[in-house]
Amino acid sequence: MLKLRKAMNRIFPFILILCLYAIHAEAGKIILKPGQSIQAAVDRSAAGDTLIFSPGTYQASAVKIRKPLSLIGNNHPVMDGENKGNIFLVASENVLIRGLKFIRTGKSNMDDSAAIKFFDSKNCVIENNILVDTFFGLHFSNSSNLTIRKNKVNASASREFEVGNGIHLWKCKDSLIEKNEVSGHRDGIYLEFVTNTLAKENFIQGNMRYGLHFMFAHDNTYLKNTFKRNGAGVAVMYTKNVTMQENRFEENWGSSAYGILLKDISDSKVIGNVFLKNTVGIYMEGSSRIDFKENTFKENGWALKLMASCDQNLFQANNFTRNTFDISTNGNLVLNQLNENYWDKYEGYDLNRDRIGDVPFRPINLYSVIVEKIPASVMLWRSFLVTLLDRMEKILPTMTPDEMIDHSPKMRPYDFGT
Amino acid sequence: MFKLLKYALYDILKSRFAIIYTVFLALVAISIYQVSDDLSKVSLSLMNIMILFIPLISAVFATTHFYNNLEFIELMLAQPVKRIHVFLSQLLAVVIMLSLSILLGFGLPMLLWGADSSLITLLVVGVVLSSVFAGFAFLASVLTRDKAKAIGISLALWIYFSLVYDGLVLYIIYSFADYPLEKATLALVMLNPVDLGRILMLMQLDISALMGYTGAFFQQFFSSGSGIFIATFALLIWMLVPNYLATRIFRKRDF
Repeated sequence: MLKLRKAMNRIFPFILILCLYAIHAEAGKIILKPGQSIQAAVDRSAAGDTLIFSPGTYQASAVKIRKPLSLIGNNHPVMDGENKGNIFLVASENVLIRGLKFIRTGKSNMDDSAAIKFFDSKNCVIENNILVDTFFGLHFSNSSNLTIRKNKVNASASREFEVGNGIHLWKCKDSLIEKNEVSGHRDGIYLEFVTNTLAKENFIQGNMRYGLHFMFAHDNTYLKNTFKRNGAGVAVMYTKNVTMQENRFEENWGSSAYGILLKDISDSKVIGNVFLKNTVGIYMEGSSRIDFKENTFKENGWALKLMASCDQNLFQANNFTRNTFDISTNGNLVLNQLNENYWDKYEGYDLNRDRIGDVPFRPINLYSVIVEKIPASVMLWRSFLVTLLDRMEKILPTMTPDEMIDHSPKMRPYDFGT
Repeated sequence: MFKLLKYALYDILKSRFAIIYTVFLALVAISIYQVSDDLSKVSLSLMNIMILFIPLISAVFATTHFYNNLEFIELMLAQPVKRIHVFLSQLLAVVIMLSLSILLGFGLPMLLWGADSSLITLLVVGVVLSSVFAGFAFLASVLTRDKAKAIGISLALWIYFSLVYDGLVLYIIYSFADYPLEKATLALVMLNPVDLGRILMLMQLDISALMGYTGAFFQQFFSSGSGIFIATFALLIWMLVPNYLATRIFRKRDF
């Protein structure tokens, strides 16, 4: 008997370990059904577990996640916030949230209610989620190495103060924002103090304020995104070392709507983008050392509004076609360079057949200066008198800045395949 | 009335002018289509030509036509037909011929190489401007007995509406730049048929820039259909008023 007990004592730890192992292996996956408490399941789970949500509707409000977990939705189960505060709150590493649908967060600027709010997190992946009528969509602060991919974020507020930002990052770094669709929010993507981040192939449409809005967000890259019909287009400020490549800025119409508004941006690259049908393609002030190359400006009201406070910017090899006005400015000082652009309003000739016009082109016409001063005078645009005035100004420039000149205008448009 | 109109039309179409005018417009349109690489550039160039020349040609042609047919008109007045029918048949014949020339001259190249909404607007504006200026010309013709004087009045009206008026408006805008001008400029534009036609075209071609205007009034005017509706309505009034006045004067005129 004693022997047996001794033997048992010896074996017991192994059995225990075996049992625990079995439990652990079993606990690796926790399946939730509608009606169950998510918070209880999260508390019960161990680090590294996977919570699988069966289809249906779950009541979820302020679910706190403080350990590495994977939350995976089967057929987009609905997390209903019931108009109360946040839905998920995450402060952990290695959290994966995939395939869930979030609806009805609270609507409050006091706590910035969001579908998922991350604090101090790392290495998190948020993908394939659907967010409908959330105040803020995805809200991250002080986090890094995030992957935000293929989420659909859609709100339907009618006024700007009734809704927060779609994807909001504050003090984050080293992240990837890819293939998301954001619409109907205040700002589509909002980045503040975010560094080393890549935003790629996102589709940002119909937001109340800006499609993309960043401040103090250095060393970021924006690639192949589409920003369409946002209340005021895209506005970016106080940032250096930005790369914007192959994005599309379309149909941003209104008295203060811009394809991009660049304020105090420096040492950046804007390459291969398309600006189509915006009231103003690019508005820039206080910006320096930006290279604008191979962009297409088409059917904009003003392709460029280049304020005199900008310096050492280079506009090279861009296409300007069918814009009402190509460039306007607010002073006589020009510290920027224009060369080898194609201007459809250029009427010069090319005798030596090198495809570069022999006479320089002045992209500012007199009437755009007048319209800048007195907006109501836009009503006379394209009248015979105004055309005459513009012709005279082209021959004898008096009111337009002398220095705003392209010495090597191209005779034919570039083919950028857009 | 119909018989009169038929003979008047037959008379005009027989004249070489109708053919030359149509061919001229067609040549202009064809050459612009050949040179420009996209449709909105085509409508821009056509608009520049149209705004300037169509009123001029309409005014001059309508005046000369009236005086060339003065004997025929006098002969008809001696017949037992209504005065107003004699006058209207001449007027309608001119308007129909001018409109047909534009529709054929500009329209055929469009059928051939494609058109967009701005080009369709252009056709409509062309037809309306022709009838407005034909109306002015007939008014000038019935006001005086001297052919040269009538042509002078027509030309003066043309210069006034396509050049002088815009200068005045620009001057007013400049002088009162410190005041809110949106309603005033819009009202001033309504007082000029050429400007109205131009604004209708602007709404097609430069809507992005027009939407940049700060005033809520303009925003509403341009973004909704109401702008197009109001401008079209004003143009219709411009079409009817000179013609109506000319008709009234003609009825009482002693030949």
